[in-house]
Amino acid sequence: MNIKEATVEYLLRLGDSSLIIGHRLSEWCGHGPILEEDIAMTNIALDFVGNATAILTYAAQLEGKGRSEDDLAFMRNEREFRNLLLTEQPNGDFAQTTARQFLFDTYLFFLYEELKSSKDETLNALATKAHKEITYHLRHTTEWMYRLGDGTEESHERIQQALNNLWMYTSDLFDMNEIDQLLIKEGIVPDLLHVKGKWEEHVKKVITKATLKLPETNVKQKGSREGKHTEHLGFLLAEMQYVHRAYPGVKW
Amino acid sequence: MESTQWPVWEVFVQANPGIQHKHVGNVHAIDSEMAIQNARDVYTRRNEGVSIWVVPANAISASSPEDQGSFFEPSNDKVYRHPTFYKIPDGVKYL
Repeated sequence: MNIKEATVEYLLRLGDSSLIIGHRLSEWCGHGPILEEDIAMTNIALDFVGNATAILTYAAQLEGKGRSEDDLAFMRNEREFRNLLLTEQPNGDFAQTTARQFLFDTYLFFLYEELKSSKDETLNALATKAHKEITYHLRHTTEWMYRLGDGTEESHERIQQALNNLWMYTSDLFDMNEIDQLLIKEGIVPDLLHVKGKWEEHVKKVITKATLKLPETNVKQKGSREGKHTEHLGFLLAEMQYVHRAYPGVKW
Repeated sequence: MESTQWPVWEVFVQANPGIQHKHVGNVHAIDSEMAIQNARDVYTRRNEGVSIWVVPANAISASSPEDQGSFFEPSNDKVYRHPTFYKIPDGVKYL
C-alpha cells in the first residue's frame, strides 16, 4: 500500500465517522427533550455532515477512480465503511446519546488538534476548520455530562448506565494498523497512543467532576479498521442510503 | 400545578463589537451556561453576533400597562424636548 492509498483509507475513517454520527444525531430532529436541545443536536448533526462532505470529497479526489463524495456516502456497503463502532451505536435515551457524543467529541478534539499540523496540506486545512466546530461540540456535551451526572438520582443512574454500555467500544478509537504506521512516519497523522493519553485524562476529569465512575470492563470491541461493524450499521445505512439508491442521481 | 418547564432567559445579542446588545428573544435552560449555549444555537446560527448576554427573565422588572398614561403621555405635548423643536441660528458650526 502506498501513501496515497493509505491516506484515502484514513480519510474514510474520519469522513465515515462524521457521516454516521451526524446521521445518528439527525434522528433526534423533532424528538429532542426540549426545543432548544433539539435545535442544538440537529445543529451539531449538520456540522458533522458538512465535515463528512469535505473529507469524503477529498478522499474521492485523491482516490481518482471517478467516484464522488455522494458515491462514497451512498453507494458503499457496510463492510466498506470505516466509521468507528462508537459512532454507529443507537441513540437510546438522551443520556446514551450524550455519553456517546462526549466520548467521541473528546476523541475528535484531540485527534483534530494533532491533524492541524499534518504534512498533508488539505487534511491540515480541513482539520483546522473542523477543530473550531468540535471545540463547541465538546463544550456542549461536557456541560451535559456534568448536569446529568450531578443532576437527579435518575439522570445520574442513566448516564452511568450509558457510559457502562458504551465503554467497550472505546478501544476501537485507538486501534492502529499498518496504515497508521505508514502515515505516522510521513508526518501526515498522529500516533493514536498520544491522542489516547489526552483523551483518558479529559474523560477521567469530567467523569469524576460529574460524580460518575469510570466503567470497568475487560470486554473490548474492535473492528472498524477492517469494516467489521456492530449489527446497528446495516439498518442505519438502509435508511440513509435508500433514497439515493432508489432514485440514482436525483436532485431537488 | 408545579411547572415542568425550565427557567426562561432573555437573550441579548451584539451584532458587532462596540455596539449595544439587542434583545432578540428568549430560551429555556437550566442555568446560565446552558442558556448561553442554547442562545448560540437558536439565535446566532447565521453569523448574527459576536457576543451574547443572557438574563433570567424573572430578574427583569417591567412597567405595567396601567402606567402607560401617567408614564408616557405627558411627553406628547412637550415638543420642546425634541431637538427638532429648536431652530439652529445661522452661522452655528459643528452641530
